[in-house]
Amino acid sequence: MADLKVNIGGMVCKNPVMTASGTCGFGPELEDFIDISRLGAIVVKGTTLENREGNPYPRMAETPSGMLNAVGLQNRGIDYFISNTYPVVSRYDTNVVININGGTIDDYVSLAARCNDLEMIPAIELNISCPNVKMGGMAFGTHLPTAREVIKKVREVYKRTLIVKLSPNVTSITDFARVSEEEGADAISLINTLLGMAIDLKTRRPSLSTITGGLSGPAIKPVALRMVWQAAGAVKIPVIGMGGIMNTRDALEFLLAGATAVQVGTAIFIEPDAPVKIVEGISQYLDDNGIDDVNQFIGALNISGK
Amino acid sequence: MAKLIAECRVVSARHLNTEYFVITLTSDRLITNVRAGQFVQVRVDGSRDTFLRRPLSVYDLDRDKNQIRLLIRIAGEGTRTLSELSEDDSLNIITPLGKSFTLPPEGSRSLLVGGGVGVAPLYLLGKELKEADRDFSFLLGYRSSDQIIEEESFASLAPLHLTTDDGSSGIRGVVTSHPVILSGDFTHIYTCGPDLMMRRVASLAYASGIECEVSLENLMACGIGICLCCVEPTIDGNLNSCTEGPVFNIKRLKWQI
Repeated sequence: MADLKVNIGGMVCKNPVMTASGTCGFGPELEDFIDISRLGAIVVKGTTLENREGNPYPRMAETPSGMLNAVGLQNRGIDYFISNTYPVVSRYDTNVVININGGTIDDYVSLAARCNDLEMIPAIELNISCPNVKMGGMAFGTHLPTAREVIKKVREVYKRTLIVKLSPNVTSITDFARVSEEEGADAISLINTLLGMAIDLKTRRPSLSTITGGLSGPAIKPVALRMVWQAAGAVKIPVIGMGGIMNTRDALEFLLAGATAVQVGTAIFIEPDAPVKIVEGISQYLDDNGIDDVNQFIGALNISGK
Repeated sequence: MAKLIAECRVVSARHLNTEYFVITLTSDRLITNVRAGQFVQVRVDGSRDTFLRRPLSVYDLDRDKNQIRLLIRIAGEGTRTLSELSEDDSLNIITPLGKSFTLPPEGSRSLLVGGGVGVAPLYLLGKELKEADRDFSFLLGYRSSDQIIEEESFASLAPLHLTTDDGSSGIRGVVTSHPVILSGDFTHIYTCGPDLMMRRVASLAYASGIECEVSLENLMACGIGICLCCVEPTIDGNLNSCTEGPVFNIKRLKWQI
């Protein structure tokens, strides 16, 4: 059996497969379908300082090979998480990562400081790329000086593994990857959803209440793969790849492109057991190809064509 | 009740008319552990434009044979692809999902108000009510007589009142103008159908203080409570209609004007 262990900036994962934030709830929602402990990590639903009701319905539109969402970070807030969710997720025999979101830099710093006290949480994913909130979110992740500032301030207060989740809605993904590394991020994850739109011809209205929303699913995979490959070439810190990963083959492609780990997201909506199947599939592939450590496969893209 | 992913076999697929069809499924896994109002998420294979599963109410079930029946209206590419299924084809479902209708107490008199494909969960509810020996009747609305779904089956469970838009069967008009609902001679209403119909039914129930449960058809992605797309505003905030519903007591909804 191949060794699947990977190290994400100090967070050791038993395998390179995680669930993506916003696609696995807090874990219990998936327990009928999978054993959470078989995953490398779970990244729980995006959390903010205060309770948020999210955007009005409709929040979702099915699109060719994907979907748009405009959930808008509906969550109960960090206090609720700490008193109600943390005790539950702490029992999982895997890494639990909190995805944090703010409207101001101070929000991010306060959240990071609160998470610093949660010893069973080995990492935070700093989400500067949510396309569905009016304040913050993507505004931080598409403006280089602001991104630098928020990463720097969060780094000052957060002691464990800091992952920065990048937006694809930028001209140069490598700039944001480098800034993350320069300001002390331990890893980057990408891509968040691509800003998109759908129209209902019958009503001549936008399909989403927010008009625009975030596109995910296989439709974005080639874009995601390209950006992961570019980012992995630009920085030394680990890259966590995501964007339209539906199966083992997709995951292996991201690993080849240089991702140290992958996150499975929208696939879970259709196949709730997809993350575990992908863990099994990667293991099988490595065994079949005589590779005894997944780290030998990561970034092993054959560019020269020989 | 644990949710499970079940690979099913199509026992039969029968078209009722140009718009509606019924498929009967069985599986090696137990798929009849379902209550009226709950739904399954059906994976649509072989349709380029269908990415997500389709949520479908369970219409009927047979515990002895481990079979469930789904009533499906061809509404788009996904359901059109499903309509091409035939005997022995396979179909992947996630079941059982969502909350069921609440059975009324002894001595109650219920009215089950459905419109179009919304009659599906009401048939199974009717079977449960009959088994529990409760007094109830159906009030079902269709566009025209050729759209009526398995009339004899419904009528075999309880008195069946019909409306059609064109008057080709039952009373001409919509369910909310039918004398039986206007009589108010019942204690509980259960309704499923077009949004506007359910809102009108709910407003009658609000006005008369009758207990009323509605089965919502909010657009869903996952069906298992993780994507937070199908939310309904309630007195307790935005709730997932896939896990907290699809059946809601109207007292929890913000439908009252």
